[in-house]
Amino acid sequence: MSCLEIIGDYGLRSIGLGERLLPRTDFTLCHQFTLIGSGLIWNLYFGILALSFGFFLANALALAKASRNPWLRKPAEWFVFVFRGSPLFIQFFLAYELLVLLPRAGIDIPLGVTTLTIATSWLTSAWAGALIVLFLNTAAYSAQIFYGALQSIPKGEIEAADAYGLTGWNKFRRVLWPTMMRLAWPSYTNEAIFLFHATTLVFFSGFPALRQNGDALYYAKFFADKTFNPFVPYPIAAFYFILLTLALITLFGVINRRLNRHLPGARTARLKVRPQIIR
Amino acid sequence: MFYSSFLVVLVLMAVTAPVALAFGFGGALAARSTFWPLRMFGKAYTAMVRGVPDIVFFLFVPVALDQGLEYLRHRIKCPDWTEPVRQGNDFVVCAAAKLPLSTSPQWWHELYGFSLAVATFSVVFGAFAANVIYGAMQAVPHAQLETAEAYGMSRRQVSRRVLIPQMWSYALPGLSNLWMILIKATPLLFLLGVADIVYWARELGATKSAIYAYPHPDWRVWYFLFLLVFYLGMTRLSETVLGHITARLSRGQATMAGEAQRKADT
Repeated sequence: MSCLEIIGDYGLRSIGLGERLLPRTDFTLCHQFTLIGSGLIWNLYFGILALSFGFFLANALALAKASRNPWLRKPAEWFVFVFRGSPLFIQFFLAYELLVLLPRAGIDIPLGVTTLTIATSWLTSAWAGALIVLFLNTAAYSAQIFYGALQSIPKGEIEAADAYGLTGWNKFRRVLWPTMMRLAWPSYTNEAIFLFHATTLVFFSGFPALRQNGDALYYAKFFADKTFNPFVPYPIAAFYFILLTLALITLFGVINRRLNRHLPGARTARLKVRPQIIR
Repeated sequence: MFYSSFLVVLVLMAVTAPVALAFGFGGALAARSTFWPLRMFGKAYTAMVRGVPDIVFFLFVPVALDQGLEYLRHRIKCPDWTEPVRQGNDFVVCAAAKLPLSTSPQWWHELYGFSLAVATFSVVFGAFAANVIYGAMQAVPHAQLETAEAYGMSRRQVSRRVLIPQMWSYALPGLSNLWMILIKATPLLFLLGVADIVYWARELGATKSAIYAYPHPDWRVWYFLFLLVFYLGMTRLSETVLGHITARLSRGQATMAGEAQRKADT
């Protein structure tokens, strides 16, 4: 069997396309590269969606946390504390058990004339449940970053905005928000990298991998268990993740340059790769 | 069992923290060394953890360590064994080289698994700590080191008397961050096969588990909720303690925090 055939069979295995059965014997390097690479689709899916939804919630949370109104501030502070103070692993387990508790048949909401049934069983599957956890988690972490950036906006810029007569939404959109983004971006890059790494936890917590459609690490572990040889699959997974990290750094670097384009070159903050490691 | 598993987690943290710190210290010193291979080793060690998810290491290191140890014992104890160790998909060593020996009691197996976990955590967190400490060493004002050299101290003396004492206040924010991360990484013990709190929460909470059918409904939610609160409490406690240490260490330092303290005193 040539390598191209294997790629054809297993390239999309992780999303349920192609060959149903995983290889049993003769694990070639090609098998390992293909399957682990196909698992990466899930990591990308979780990472990209959680990051892009989380971005908006994080902005809202950061503003709420900086707000003077305690009815806004307190819930935001608690949300951030709970999600940053506890292990993501436990969050996954707890979320899974909570979602399992929802009635299988769905929740009936009586609306007088008709009853609206909300299906809930799909929430227990990884693609939805884990995504929700990751989304909330990254929102909390990014909110903290954005909040820190919001607090360190130079006083002069705010005074200048006031002097121009900008208030409310206009002031926020034209002055505060761009500066906040600019200041937060290096840390936010790390957060993004670290979120992609966290996606590997999904299939090791309660969420089941349906029909063995797992992520990159799931397949790496599969091979390591089958061959009793950890020295091949894990470095392959590591290799993929290093590529992913490099791609992320490039992408975020481009955005960083755009955010800082009005500044003289010397003051441009260089992106430093310092991924924080575990949540 | 559930309560003693908390002890397991606490012991793990207590053992791992100093060992990882020592690893990190060694790694950082190696990365600064003038001897090329040693420097390369230190840099590779610190760079290892960047870009690769930590869980990969948590899965990889124990198996690699286990097989490495067994292989070594295999070479020492059974020199007349001719077959290769890797036979297809199997890893075969002679019976005398098995770790732990299949005849040894149960607690020995558990202890071995636990020490593998500690070793793994130490290696991984040592790399993180090396990163932090290396950065802190770079952050010590260069003028201070030059002054020390001007006083006629040798390289070693400079390291011991100026660089290392000064470094701590720069390293502390990173190290306290690391401690938080260590707390939050402890549930990964579950992945290493140690019967820790996650394991027991799953077992005891379930209505019907591998060991026993419990006469209560599914309580796993409550067990996990309790774990969540436990970790939140740990985080809060550490934040307070670390805040005190930071304040103590930044006394008299030429940093912003030190300056603020000086102003507050006068």
